[in-house]
Amino acid sequence: MGEAIVEIGHLRKVFGKLVAIEDLSFTVGRGEIVGLLGANGAGKTTALSILMGLITPTSGSARVFGLELERHRVAILQRMNFSSAYTALPSNLRVEENLMVFARLYSVRNAQRKIDELLELLEIAHLKKRVAGRLSSGESARVSLCKSLLNDPELLLLDEPTASLDPDIADKVRKWLRLVQRERGIGMIYTSHTMRDVEEVCDRVLFMRQGRVFAEGTPADIVARFREKSLESLFIRVARDGELEEES
Amino acid sequence: MNWSVIFGLVCRYTYIIRRSVPRIIEMLFWPVLDLLVWAFLTMYLRGISHGPPSAVTFLLGAMIFWDVLFRSQQGMTVSFLEDVWTRNIINVFVAPVRVREFLAATALVGLLKVTIIIVLLTALAAALCGFNLLVVGWGLVPLFANLIVMGWGIGMVTTALIMRFGQAVEMLAWAIPFLFQPLSAVFYPVSVLPAWLQPAALALPSTHVFEGMRDVLAGGGFPARHLWWALALNAVFLAAEAGFFLWMYESTREKGYLAKLGTQ
Ligand SMILES: Nc1ncnc2c1ncn2[C@@H]1O[C@H](COP(=O)(O)OP(=O)(O)O)[C@@H](O)[C@H]1O
Ligand SMILES: [Mg+2]
Repeated sequence: MGEAIVEIGHLRKVFGKLVAIEDLSFTVGRGEIVGLLGANGAGKTTALSILMGLITPTSGSARVFGLELERHRVAILQRMNFSSAYTALPSNLRVEENLMVFARLYSVRNAQRKIDELLELLEIAHLKKRVAGRLSSGESARVSLCKSLLNDPELLLLDEPTASLDPDIADKVRKWLRLVQRERGIGMIYTSHTMRDVEEVCDRVLFMRQGRVFAEGTPADIVARFREKSLESLFIRVARDGELEEES
Repeated sequence: MNWSVIFGLVCRYTYIIRRSVPRIIEMLFWPVLDLLVWAFLTMYLRGISHGPPSAVTFLLGAMIFWDVLFRSQQGMTVSFLEDVWTRNIINVFVAPVRVREFLAATALVGLLKVTIIIVLLTALAAALCGFNLLVVGWGLVPLFANLIVMGWGIGMVTTALIMRFGQAVEMLAWAIPFLFQPLSAVFYPVSVLPAWLQPAALALPSTHVFEGMRDVLAGGGFPARHLWWALALNAVFLAAEAGFFLWMYESTREKGYLAKLGTQ
């Protein structure tokens, strides 16, 4: 997989008495898409937030691009980006204004050209003058993806990017993501509780439960190891009875 | 400081004003309405008072000066709130934006709003009551500057509180500045306050600005002593307020609330 752009070691985060993340360790290679799969509350968003410096970990280490996270926060953020179903771009600005604002936040050179090129890539050049708040959810998802590609990130963090999208748009989002991965070799961490997402998009999956990773590998590997029909049935089994036996 | 970042944020906060009629009205309506009330009161008091006419014009000056402080604070905190309301704040915090760049940008927005409002109110006061604020002369610039800086300080505190305690305490953005009003001796001299309250009043930079303003309007020349006091107190306050902001910011990251801002 080549060099690791993310190295997480024994990460732990407690909120008061609640353990949100326990002994989380993983790496992401350059150009690799790693999925964090797990039920609501498994700790996916917390893990991403730690990687973006929004949450300070209780203990453990986190390095991105070989740099220590807490000390090089801004330098790291300059080289990565984020998109989520739970955030939005300012609804009262035009698409092009929004993208221009973020181009400046990321100090993008030739911003106008970059914006046009990305709008073209995602086939939304016609939305340029539209006010962001009046776009359909599929259009918003594409604009948000545009924003997250403005700085040519080497790492993209995606927090449930397909949540709240209808199956058709969700399918397209997955295709766009694979397209940009292919064309730009961007590494990604992709959180989801949808099996479909993970199976289609991710090279490798970390299956999380109550803040811990209990299975790791390609989707097919994991399914085989736990003697299940599919990731989905495994997910349900994990959610319902917790105890797991692995095929040794 | 990265100027591209600051410029980007200032654009973001000014685009919304440009595009939104309610925001333009919010920005201009209240100050103008306020001024009208004080203008009519001034006219009335002039008719019934036997003292020097300058005594009542203080009121208009005081009202405009107070607005400088209040709007400077508002410009800062409302900018932050705009991003919370539109669920954009996380996008800003995960961009390579340093805390000081974010604060500088919102402070600049405060300055911009203050400038627009001051020009408007000064013109209106002159047109309606023949009250010319410019008689204060060049002293006006440092007096206003001190109020703007104090507004920034309070802006940092209110922003920090909303960041830490969430949107539930949003109304603090409008309430907290008024905590300082009675003690700042805005509409009356400090000497009116009970003796035991006067030291507390004199500990606020704003009090010295308002005292200085009254000195000048009464024909007292450049209020150097008041300005030095205001400046020194502002430096102390600003350092403490910046410290408070950073403390709240770290605590917010530690408790995980920063990641939740505007997402619920
Ligand atoms: N700021 C917080 N304070 C307290 N508990 C939190 C906070 N953020 C998340 N949690 C808890 O931590 C656990 C993991 O949450 P999260 O990372 O959001 O899960 P996921 O994204 O996998 O659904 C959940 O039990 C959640 O309630
Ligand atoms: Mg989540």
